[in-house]
Amino acid sequence: MSQLAIEAVGRTFAGVRGGKPTIALEPVTLRVEDNDFITILGPSGCGKSTLLRIVAGLDTPTTGRVLLDGTPVVAPGADRGMVFQSYTLFPWLTVRENICFGLREKNMAQNEQHQIAAHYIARVGLAGFEHHYPKMLSGGMQQRTAIARALANDPKILLLDEPFGALDNQTRALMQELLLGIWEAEKKTVLFVTHDIEEAIFMAGRVVVMSARPGRIKAEVAVDLPHPRHYTLKTTPEFSALKARLTEEIRVEAMKVAASA
Amino acid sequence: MTPLKPVAPGRKALLGIAFFVLFVAVWAAATLGGFVSRTFLADPVTMLREGWALFARFGFAGDIAITVWRVLGGFVLAALCAVPLGIAMGAYKPIEAFFEPFVSFARYLPASAFIPLLILWAGIGEMQKLLVIFIGSFFQLVLMVAVAVGSTRRDLVEAAYTLGATSRGVVRRVLLPSASPAIAETLRLVLGWAWTYVIVAELIGASSGIGHMITDSQALLNTGQIIFGIIVIGVIGLVSDFLFKWANQRLYPWSLA
Repeated sequence: MSQLAIEAVGRTFAGVRGGKPTIALEPVTLRVEDNDFITILGPSGCGKSTLLRIVAGLDTPTTGRVLLDGTPVVAPGADRGMVFQSYTLFPWLTVRENICFGLREKNMAQNEQHQIAAHYIARVGLAGFEHHYPKMLSGGMQQRTAIARALANDPKILLLDEPFGALDNQTRALMQELLLGIWEAEKKTVLFVTHDIEEAIFMAGRVVVMSARPGRIKAEVAVDLPHPRHYTLKTTPEFSALKARLTEEIRVEAMKVAASA
Repeated sequence: MTPLKPVAPGRKALLGIAFFVLFVAVWAAATLGGFVSRTFLADPVTMLREGWALFARFGFAGDIAITVWRVLGGFVLAALCAVPLGIAMGAYKPIEAFFEPFVSFARYLPASAFIPLLILWAGIGEMQKLLVIFIGSFFQLVLMVAVAVGSTRRDLVEAAYTLGATSRGVVRRVLLPSASPAIAETLRLVLGWAWTYVIVAELIGASSGIGHMITDSQALLNTGQIIFGIIVIGVIGLVSDFLFKWANQRLYPWSLA
């Protein structure tokens, strides 16, 4: 059982050269239950990535704390797998070596590592590419490897920071289905950050809408659409209704950003 | 010609050789054509004949061997000390803060200006030659290695942390492999500089080596031998550079675009 509690987590960045400090995140409280798939939706610069980085332990909150299964998060660790928007495969390692990175850090026996890697390589559809270097892969394949690498570590929660943000639309749609399929099969707890409304609805059990800077939670919308989900879901009336509602919420925030810029 | 458009391998080699040919042709025309006094500049034919004489009668092969030995000895010593220190500085900022200002200062101390001091301290034996090369390469290497390690992509380091890597694991499994092509490239560059220091070291207080031969030839106004010595250094440099590039390509296939 893994349960994530974000308790009044806020983040203020010190002012540059005596300037005013920037409030990136107003105190945010959020509970993520076991097997939840939560998407955090917000305009750019709303602090949603900051929130995710705090959960990962890569950034320290100014106020509040993050608890995973009751234990405070103070540093990054293998129990929280992360997939970044930028391509972060280690370029000197092959696909399989990348996926084994965390397992090797745990001093796992090599054949056991390879067994786990083979499972996830098949899972993300990269069989036959085990010995390719990242530069030989397309962007979509690199992100699939990154997802496999995070999952191979068997984390309690999977954190994804706009993982498909740099991909083209078609690849992105395929990747969404792939990730959802993995989630349906492996029942991981997932926290997924995106600025794409359709993506946020399609993936989520619950969409958390964040306001423009300073970021705070503006609304939480449950997505009661059946699983397994298929791309045709995006054209159903239920989906469109949710999309219309979230578009309105986000539009207000985007206009605030535009006005303050 | 289109900007940045690659050139076919065969053509590339041809173009590279063409300039060598042009260079020698201009030199030959200037000297054999009588435009330049032979006292100041020997022609290519004389140069080759003098070169042959050097090998056949003056044991030049021994001079080359001792010079290569000095360069490699001094350079390897410098690399053995500089690479670990540079890695430590690049990885750990307090260590960098401690050493960096001094190394940056020491880097500008001209190695050749140390020769009189080094002769005083270490005599005119091999140790003094090695020390000149060591001083000339060590500080440069330290700084460049530190920069290579320090410029590791932060997102790769963060990814490693989220995969459960420890600080030591990050140094060993991210910073080192990420920086190693740049470190190898640094070694290649600094080895080239080491060659200029060894000749300077041999011009003063030496009784063997390519630099010593050049000083001897100067006394006899034998420009053919001087030029031959310089060209030999160039050829050795070219060969070592080629070997380094080849080894780097074999060792780091992933770093090539």
